[in-house]
Amino acid sequence: MNISANALNAGPQASARRQVLVLTGLLSAASAMLVGSMLAIWLQFRANAPLRTSSDGSKMLRDWLPTNTKIPEVATNTMMITIVITCIMAQWAIYSARRSDFKHTSLALSVVLLTEVALINAQLAVYLQMNIGIRDGSYMLMFYSVTATMLALIVFGMGFTLLTLFRSFAGRLGDRDLMSAHGLYWYSLAVIFAAMWFVVYVQK
Amino acid sequence: MTAVDTNSVMVGSSTSTSTDSGIIGYLNAWLMTSDHKRIGQLMVIFAVIWTVIIAVVGTLLAVERIDATSALVDSTSMLQLFSLFRVGLIFGVMAPLMLGVAVAIVPMQIGAQALAFSRGALFGVYIWLFGMVIVGASYIGNGGPGGGDTQMVDLFMLGMGLVIAGLIIVGACIATTVLTARRPGMTLAQTPIFAWSALVTSVSLVLTLPVMAGALVYLAIDHSYERVAFGGNEGIADWIGWALTAPQIFLLAIPTMGILAQVVDTMSRGRQPIRGGLLIGIGIMSAALIGPVTQSSYSLQTESLAEVAKSLAPFLLFNVLPILGALIVLALCLLAIKKEKVELDAAFVPAFVGVGMVLTGMVGNAAQRINNFELANTVFEEAVLVYIGYGVVLSALGALAYFGPKLWGRTMPASQVIGLGLLGLLGVVLAALPYYIAGFAGQPASSASGFDYSGPTWLWNLVSAVGHAIFTLVVIAFIGLAVKSFRSGTIENDAVINSSLETATVN
Repeated sequence: MNISANALNAGPQASARRQVLVLTGLLSAASAMLVGSMLAIWLQFRANAPLRTSSDGSKMLRDWLPTNTKIPEVATNTMMITIVITCIMAQWAIYSARRSDFKHTSLALSVVLLTEVALINAQLAVYLQMNIGIRDGSYMLMFYSVTATMLALIVFGMGFTLLTLFRSFAGRLGDRDLMSAHGLYWYSLAVIFAAMWFVVYVQK
Repeated sequence: MTAVDTNSVMVGSSTSTSTDSGIIGYLNAWLMTSDHKRIGQLMVIFAVIWTVIIAVVGTLLAVERIDATSALVDSTSMLQLFSLFRVGLIFGVMAPLMLGVAVAIVPMQIGAQALAFSRGALFGVYIWLFGMVIVGASYIGNGGPGGGDTQMVDLFMLGMGLVIAGLIIVGACIATTVLTARRPGMTLAQTPIFAWSALVTSVSLVLTLPVMAGALVYLAIDHSYERVAFGGNEGIADWIGWALTAPQIFLLAIPTMGILAQVVDTMSRGRQPIRGGLLIGIGIMSAALIGPVTQSSYSLQTESLAEVAKSLAPFLLFNVLPILGALIVLALCLLAIKKEKVELDAAFVPAFVGVGMVLTGMVGNAAQRINNFELANTVFEEAVLVYIGYGVVLSALGALAYFGPKLWGRTMPASQVIGLGLLGLLGVVLAALPYYIAGFAGQPASSASGFDYSGPTWLWNLVSAVGHAIFTLVVIAFIGLAVKSFRSGTIENDAVINSSLETATVN
């Protein structure tokens, strides 16, 4: 087959305009829709949970969160603070890269990596402290589903940070598109996490 | 046509590999390619294979319903076949056909050197393909929604997850290409109309498919452990059913408008009087995406005036507004044809017929959502899907006839393309229209036996079976014609005229 024997020659070289950033924006939006849909179903289940009398008998409550389940608020609030710190560090990396400051860029990205490990550690601590089984009921099943999805997004972000860090070590500080995309991912992840934190850990 | 060749730049190494290393090199050049034309062609080829499978399943389903008192296939398998038809038509045919054509064509249209993240797109194609194979295997093993085999149901959900991930990746690559790699000076408003429709569809899929993925995560975990919260295998259809019906399927039909408008654009030498209207019309169709993200379908409740007032706005927004968008595009295309002395392009026939079928399906969907008509859970819904799904296929065939010369350098014979387009129209109408009628008569959906209603039950189902069979033959004939034409057909000799970028800009 004579492929494109009669087609035109290639067009003028177009400058790629922040392709990684735009792709990251689209995938961040997809991540937001993913977690958003799961939270919507969570809220639907909670709203439809049967009513029960509170322990002191003074009011009616939705029978959603099992009575013997305690959410470790210190760990969950720490996660929220940690993800904000991650965003600040990611922005520091962008700032340093723009000034071709290799040391600060690498340091900032290393701290981002560290905070990501802290996030995963905190999530595992929450699982251990809550000590609930996934088979124990609807709440538990949905709790693990939502938080594990969030954890997967964090692990993906960790891979993104590693890639950015390696490129930084390789001296490719001029690749600001990637650095900005990395920052954008973590900003959007922070927003997604904030929504999940409020619905799952605060409102319960 | 608005296209420039990017192939010579991107596949130079691949082509040399194929000649250097024989069959292995040839396969390597195709299966590991970073050339957007080949990636798009791969996706289209696999989607066409699925089209034939699904059309055969459609024929089988209609044949099974000719005699409602006897059953050729056992009832459990019938349920799986009904589900396979719906899932396969949407995720195995409509989505990949439209995205595949977009991957192959859009970079050329906007003057880009390559598809953004082309290897990522290839990865997406393989994930989608692998997912569809898994989905198909799970159906064979009694999986799928409501399936009896636990492990196969788990496999179905895994497959659907992969399919969704693949389509999101491909969609994101297309959207990124249009947003970032247009030739210098080309604004979004000047983007060729098909590229614009591909952008709208891609962004819509990137935003709506993750919603389905979220539900699937819950379903998969529930099915693996508790099987109470989400109803186990019986609950799957309830939780992801919204993704297998309108308005979600409208999003997959948006590029059909782009294809028709693009063909007309060339026929009228780019003299579309109200080009902005086309962009708006296609944009309006994307209003449908708000429906799927709420994981619901919206009907017009007619029990009381208060109910009507409450349900009217969402009904109009999600079911009627997309029709308005499609009508705007259609009207502007006809206006351009009327205003200019046009020479008929053979691809116009399947493209126009495809849009007509999609529009018929959209109108049918709006009627079906009016409670008074009592069309819910009847075969009317299946007819809506057939109109839109097969309409998309016809439109894609038109796109192949139209864009094919830019991919292969050869044209398809006009008379045969027109003939197949008209035969395809006959097939779709015969396959779907009887179920519009049978829907009003009350023939239940997803049921092959044990139903009875006044009227010639056997006739509607027989005609529908014939329609599906004709459509299957049309697709197979088109494949044969395309292979023959693009290998040894007439060499395209007006590539310069038809490929000039000028038609991409407003005259």
